[in-house]
Amino acid sequence: MARRVLPGLPLALGITLVYVSIIVVLPLGALIFKAASLGPEDYWRIVSSARAVASYRVTVLSALAATAFNLVFGMALAWVLVRYRFPGRRFIDALVDLPFALPTAVAGIALTALFAPNGWFGSILGLAGIKVAYTPLGIMIAMSFTSLPFIVRTVQPVLEDLDPALEEAAQSLGGSDVSIFLRVILPLLAPALLAGLSLSFARSLGEFGAIIFIAGNQPMETEITALLTFIRLEEYDYQAAAAVASVLLITAFLMLAITNILQARALRYTARG
Amino acid sequence: MAATRSKKPPRVGDHPIFRLGLLAAVLVLTALVVVAPLVVIGVQAFSAGADVFVATITDADTRHAIFLTVATALIAVPINTVFGVAAAWAITKFDFTGKRLLLIVIEIPFSISPIVAGVAYLFVYGLQGVFGPALEAAEIKVLFALPGIVLASMFVTAPFVARELIPLMQAQGRDLEEAATSLGASGWRTFFSVTLPNVRWALLYGVVLCNARVMGEFGAVSVVSGNIRGQTNTLPLHVELLYHDYQTAGAFAAASILALLAVVTLFAKVLLERQGAGRAGRPALAAPQTIKTETLT
Repeated sequence: MARRVLPGLPLALGITLVYVSIIVVLPLGALIFKAASLGPEDYWRIVSSARAVASYRVTVLSALAATAFNLVFGMALAWVLVRYRFPGRRFIDALVDLPFALPTAVAGIALTALFAPNGWFGSILGLAGIKVAYTPLGIMIAMSFTSLPFIVRTVQPVLEDLDPALEEAAQSLGGSDVSIFLRVILPLLAPALLAGLSLSFARSLGEFGAIIFIAGNQPMETEITALLTFIRLEEYDYQAAAAVASVLLITAFLMLAITNILQARALRYTARG
Repeated sequence: MAATRSKKPPRVGDHPIFRLGLLAAVLVLTALVVVAPLVVIGVQAFSAGADVFVATITDADTRHAIFLTVATALIAVPINTVFGVAAAWAITKFDFTGKRLLLIVIEIPFSISPIVAGVAYLFVYGLQGVFGPALEAAEIKVLFALPGIVLASMFVTAPFVARELIPLMQAQGRDLEEAATSLGASGWRTFFSVTLPNVRWALLYGVVLCNARVMGEFGAVSVVSGNIRGQTNTLPLHVELLYHDYQTAGAFAAASILALLAVVTLFAKVLLERQGAGRAGRPALAAPQTIKTETLT
């Protein structure tokens, strides 16, 4: 029997392909073309310069630290929202998305105001000798803020669907809470958790607006890769900007591939359950 | 029988002390990490008095920045909505080769740094770009003008509407549309009276999130706009400009408009989620959902 086919494929696919070509493929292609036209020697000289390498270091290390913080805080937040009933739970649940809704530049100046030496948090932390604003710690805080929702929102639904019978079975076999969490619950959450972690990390690597206000932006110390790209542009050094941007682009593609693989796994897993 | 209510066995992490401790820790951290930034915006906005606040909001440059931000959203959001609907229709109602690749390409902007997006547009429409010299000769300004701002905003929000629609339309299948067309309805009629009513909340949800991101976009726009005060400054860029001019109270006053927009967005989000939009159960990226084969009875 012939499959019935709905109308509208040429129009819908036409719009989609034209849009994707003009808006997504063309600019990224132009960037790759520009970076590739540099030639291997120049390209390597730019992307391996001391200042560029220092920017990768501070970006990657801050993103790792931010993701680690979000792993713990995001997990705890998801756990509390799913498992416990308390007044204001729905309010907190809605608030989790604030970092996505708040423009990054606004988040940036707000965090700077809080953590500056004379700010609400900065003045208290200053007494303990901890400097946040204009240090890598500030970069980490800005990154954790902007990527917090990822882990909460990927873990939350899996935690909600967790079958209580599994825990009961483990309890009846004499498992302690800690061992049940580590050996029953955590493995079930792992695919979602990994997907959330990779999203959170990828977002932190590319973040710009929230960071530049709090970072201090000292070359070699608190200058992130996205900012270095921006600075090269302001210096009209377009080749260097293209080269450094291409490093960010390649990293993003890599993270996208990893996230897709992890999510496909997570989905296969939920489909089986 | 006596009404002995079966007491549910305690689950992992239900020990009262652990529970209280974790809850307290999470609430305190949320207050410090999420609520405090919002509060500080409000406090700082009025730190120099209400008159400075009013003066900033009604200042000609601020008004122009608001106008530019709204104009950008009015162009970019409808175009992205049409694209999102078309992409979702093509991807969920038909089978064709390269579908998986298309899905990935649609998702790309989501994982790319806004700065990279801005730089990429520079190499298309800038003087050192592919079309730059031709545009210059024709005296068409794309960069450092509204078209560039709109294009960059469209790039960063390209996946937003499609991402909400695709999983939902995938789950709903094709049966209803096929029934409608076999009864003689045209494609448009099928779309407007069958598909659209089923996805309207998800569509609105995507539009709301897309709009919030367009109005708040900073990185990509700051590369392509040229930051010309009173001309190509959107509201987020205006916030930065005031901030670097040491007009802190003014910067926070302008930022408070954007913060208000964020709060309204969250509110709309909660309302739409009550209608079943944006199931929290979905991964943030629209990986194709497994289709449940439920038989209709």
